[in-house]
Amino acid sequence: MELHDVWFVLIAVLWTGYFFLEGFDFGIGVLTKLLARDRKERRVLINTIGPVWDGNEVWLLSAGGATFAAFPEWYATLFSGFYLPLLLILVCLIVRGVAFEYRAKRPEESWQRNWEHAIFWTSLLPAVLWGVAFGNIVRGVKIDAHKEYIGNVADLLNPYAILGGLVTLTLFTFHGTVFAALKTVGDIRVRARKLAVGLGVLTAVLALGFLLWTQADQGNGKSLIALVVAVVALVAAIGAIAAGREGWSFALSGVTIVAAVAMLFLTLFPNVMPSSLNPAWNLTVTNASSTPYTLKIMTWCAGIATPLVLLYQGWTYWVFRKRIGTQHIADA
Amino acid sequence: MDLALAPETLARWQFGITTVYHFLFVPLTISLAALTAGLETAWVRTENPKYLKATKFWGKLFLINIAMGVVTGIVQEFQFGMSWSDYSRFVGDIFGAPLAFEALIAFFFESTFIGLWIFGWDKLPKKIHLACIWMVSIGTVLSAYFILAANSWMQHPVGYRINKEAGRAELTDFWKVLTQDTALTQFFHTLTAAFLVGGAFMVGIAAFHLARRKHIPVMRTSLRLGLVTVAIAGLLTAVSGDSLGKVMFEQQPMKMAAAEALWEGESPAPFSLFAYGDVEKGHNTVAVEVPGLLSFLANNDFSSHVPGINDVNKSEQEKYGPGDYRPNIPVAYWGFRWMIGFGMASFGIGLLGLWLTRRKFLLPPALRTDEDEVPNLVLFRQKALSPKLTKWYWIVALWTLLFPLIANAWGWIFTETGRQPWVVYGVLRTADAVSPGVSQAEVLTSMIVFTLLYGVLAVVEVRLMVKYVKAGPPELTDADLHPPTKIGGDHTDADRPMAFSY
Ligand code: HDD
Ligand code: HEM
Ligand code: HEM
Repeated sequence: MELHDVWFVLIAVLWTGYFFLEGFDFGIGVLTKLLARDRKERRVLINTIGPVWDGNEVWLLSAGGATFAAFPEWYATLFSGFYLPLLLILVCLIVRGVAFEYRAKRPEESWQRNWEHAIFWTSLLPAVLWGVAFGNIVRGVKIDAHKEYIGNVADLLNPYAILGGLVTLTLFTFHGTVFAALKTVGDIRVRARKLAVGLGVLTAVLALGFLLWTQADQGNGKSLIALVVAVVALVAAIGAIAAGREGWSFALSGVTIVAAVAMLFLTLFPNVMPSSLNPAWNLTVTNASSTPYTLKIMTWCAGIATPLVLLYQGWTYWVFRKRIGTQHIADA
Repeated sequence: MDLALAPETLARWQFGITTVYHFLFVPLTISLAALTAGLETAWVRTENPKYLKATKFWGKLFLINIAMGVVTGIVQEFQFGMSWSDYSRFVGDIFGAPLAFEALIAFFFESTFIGLWIFGWDKLPKKIHLACIWMVSIGTVLSAYFILAANSWMQHPVGYRINKEAGRAELTDFWKVLTQDTALTQFFHTLTAAFLVGGAFMVGIAAFHLARRKHIPVMRTSLRLGLVTVAIAGLLTAVSGDSLGKVMFEQQPMKMAAAEALWEGESPAPFSLFAYGDVEKGHNTVAVEVPGLLSFLANNDFSSHVPGINDVNKSEQEKYGPGDYRPNIPVAYWGFRWMIGFGMASFGIGLLGLWLTRRKFLLPPALRTDEDEVPNLVLFRQKALSPKLTKWYWIVALWTLLFPLIANAWGWIFTETGRQPWVVYGVLRTADAVSPGVSQAEVLTSMIVFTLLYGVLAVVEVRLMVKYVKAGPPELTDADLHPPTKIGGDHTDADRPMAFSY
C-alpha cells in the first residue's frame, strides 16, 4: 500500500468518526421536536451532548484539513464545486454552535424557544446535506479536464443523491434516538426506545434501497461485504433496542454507520471524485494527492495525534457516563 | 450574472470580512483562556473564594466569546477550497499540512477540554478541572502557532520548490516552514497583541464595576491582573513589532515602504507622522516626518538606506515582468498607524492605571486602601485624584477595551493588503488564486449571507456579554466551594440537579 492509499483510508476514517459522533448529535437535535414533549425534556436531550458536541464537530474540521493536505485537488474541486450546499452547511453549523452555547444564557422562554427551533433545523439540514454530498461524490459529477466541477446545483439534486440524504437523516436520527435512550432516565428513555424501533425500520428500508442501488451501480466484492455488515448490524441494532439493550444497540448502530461509510469509500477507490463526463478526468488517489514527503509528515502527525484524541475524547465520555433525566435539570 | 469586477474582488472582500471578524474573537479567546486559568490556579492554591468568583465571572465571558470564535473559524477552514480553489491546488502540498496539524492537534484539544471544563465543575476534582482549562489554553496557543506558520509561508515562502509539470509548489522542508523567522516573529507579535486585548478587556470591565463601587474585591484583583497584563503585553508587543518590522523590511520592502508612504529611497529615511499624497503621480503633497527614525526601525542604524515604493516597484518589474506591484498605499499607511496608535494608546492608559493604583509603593498611608475598598487613584504624592478626574479615568479605562481590538484588525488588514498583488509573495498572484468555477453570483450570495449572519450574531453576542458583565460575579454555592474529590463526582444524591447545564 502506498502512502496515498493510506491517506485514502485515513480520510475515510476521519469522515467515519465524524458521522459516528456528530451523527448522534445531529440526531439529538432532530429529537428536540420529535421526542421531547416540553422544555425540560428538550434541555435533557441537549445536555446529553453538551460536553461533547464541539469535540465531535472537530472531526469534520480534521477531515477537511486532512483532505486539503493529503489531496489538495480533491479539496479544491469538492469545496468549490459544491459551493452553495456547503454554504448552507456552514450557515447551519454556525447557528447550531451558537444555539447550544447561548440558549440557556437568558431565562426568557421566547429566547430559549427560538434557539431550540434553530437547533432542530440546523441539525436536520446538515444531516440531509452530507448524504446528498456523498451520494454525488460516489455517483460522479461533471468534472472537466481541468478538474473543475462544471455542473450546477440542480445537477446535485438527483434521485440517488436525495435518497442518500434521506438515509443519512434517518440513520443519524435513529443513532441519536438510541443514544438518547442510553443517556437518559425516566419517561423520556422509555419513549426513546419505542421511537427507535419505528425509526429503525424506516431507516432500514431506505438504507437497504440506497446501498443496493450503490452496489448495483458501482459495487465490487469488498463493498458487498460492507453492505451486508451494515444491513445486518442495523437489523441487530433494532432488535437490541426493542429488547432494551441500549448499549448494544448503540454499538450496533455505530457499526452500521462505519460499514455504510466504508462501503461508499470502497466503491470509490481508487477514485476520490469520479467524473461523470469522462473516466479519464476522474480525480484519483494518484492524480489528486500531495507529494510523498508531505504525506509522510502527515502520517506521523495523524499516527500520533489520532490515538491520543481517541483516548481523551473517550475519557470525556467516561467522565460524563451518568444518565440524566428531568430531575437533574434545575428549574430555570 | 457577471459584474464588472475582477473575479477575485468579491472573494477578497469575503475573505477579508470573515477573517477580520474571526480575528475579533480569537485574541480575546487566547488571552482570556490563559487569564482564567491563572485565576483558577490562584483559587486552587490559596482557596480564597475571591479567585473562584473571578474564575467563574471571566470564564463565563470567555465562553460567550469562544463560541463565536469557533463557529467563525469553521468558515475559514472551508473557505480556501470554496473561493480559492486554484490557490488550494497550487499550495495545498505545503499549506494544507499546518492546517491539518491545527485541527488534529490544537482544535481537538480545545474543544474536548472545554467541554470537560464547562460541565466538569461537579464531576472533576479541582486539580483535574484546573488542568482542563490549561489544556484549552495550550490548545488556543498551538492553534495560533500553526495558522500563523501557514500565513507566514504566504508572506515569505520557504522550504519548497516549484514543480512546473504539476503546476504547483511542493514542500521540501517542513521544519523550515515551521521555524522560519517570519513565523516565529509573527507568532510572538500576534500572541503579545492578543494578551493586550485580554488585559485591556479585564481593565475595562473592572473599571466599570469599580466606578460603581460594586463587586469590589473581585474587581480589584481583576483590575490589577489586567493592568499588569496590559503593561507587559504592551511592551512586548512593541518589541516584537519592531523585530517583525525588521523582518518585513528585508522580506517585503514594498509593504514597509507603503506603510511609510516613502516614495523614493532615502538615506537616512524619516519616519512619517502624517502624509497626504498622490498615488498616480507617486509622491506626497504633505508630509510630517521624524528624520532618521525609519532607517533605525529598518536596520537599527539612523543613517542607513531604505528603498522607496517607486524603487521597489521598478525592481519587481524587472524581476517578475511588467505590472503594478504596489499595494493599496493609503490602506497600508493608515493601517500601520491605526495599529500602532490604538495599541500603544491602550498600553499608555494601562501604564497610567498601574501608577495611579499603586499600592504600598510610594503611597502615603492615608491613601492606602483595603481589599474591599475601591483603590484611590493617586497621581502625585499626597493627593488622590478629584472625584471628577477619577470618574474620567474609569470611563477612559472602560472604552480602552476596544482599542487593542481595533489595533489587531488594522494590523491584519495592513499585513494582508500590503502583500498585494501577491497572495503568496513573489510566487502566486491573488488574481490567479480564485476559484475559476465559482460564479460571481455565488460569491455575492455567500458574502451577503455571511455579512448579514455575522451582523446579527454580533448584536446577539454583544448584548449577551453586556448582560453578564453587568450581572457581575456569581454568588458561590456550597457545591462550588467543595468540588468533588473523585472523578465522576462523589455525591450520593443521584437526583441532584447538574452544576451547570445548557
Ligand atoms: C494590539 C495590537 C497591536 C499593536 C499594539 C501592534 N501590532 Fe503590529 N500587528 C498586530 C497587532 C499589533 C497584528 C494584528 O497581530 C499583526 C497582523 C499580522 C501579525 O503578525 O500581527 C500585526 C502586524 C504587524 C506588522 C506586519 C507583519 C507582516 O506583514 O507579516 C508589522 C511590521 C508590525 N505589526 C509592527 C508593529 C510595530 C512596530 C508596533 C509598535 C509598537 C506594533 N506592530 C504594534
Ligand atoms: C486572522 C487573521 C487574519 C486576518 C484578519 C486577515 C485579513 C485578511 C484581509 C483583510 C484580506 C483581504 C486582503 C485584500 O483584499 O487585499 C485577506 C486576504 C487573504 N488572506 Fe488573510 N487574514 C488573516 C489571516 C490569514 C491567514 C492565517 C491566512 C492563511 C492561512 C490568510 C490568507 C488569506 C488569503 C488566501 C486571502 C485572499 C487573497 C488576498 O486578497 O490577499 N489570512 N486576509
Ligand atoms: C484564515 C485562516 C484561519 C483558519 C482557516 C482558521 C480556522 C479556525 C477554525 C476551523 C476554528 C474552530 C475550531 C473549533 O471548532 O474548535 C478556529 C478557531 C480558532 N482560531 Fe482560527 N482560523 C484562521 C485564522 C486564525 C488566526 C490567524 C489565529 C491566531 C493567531 C487563529 C486562532 C484561532 C483560535 C485561538 C481558535 C480557537 C478559539 C476561538 O475560536 O476563539 N485563527 N479557527
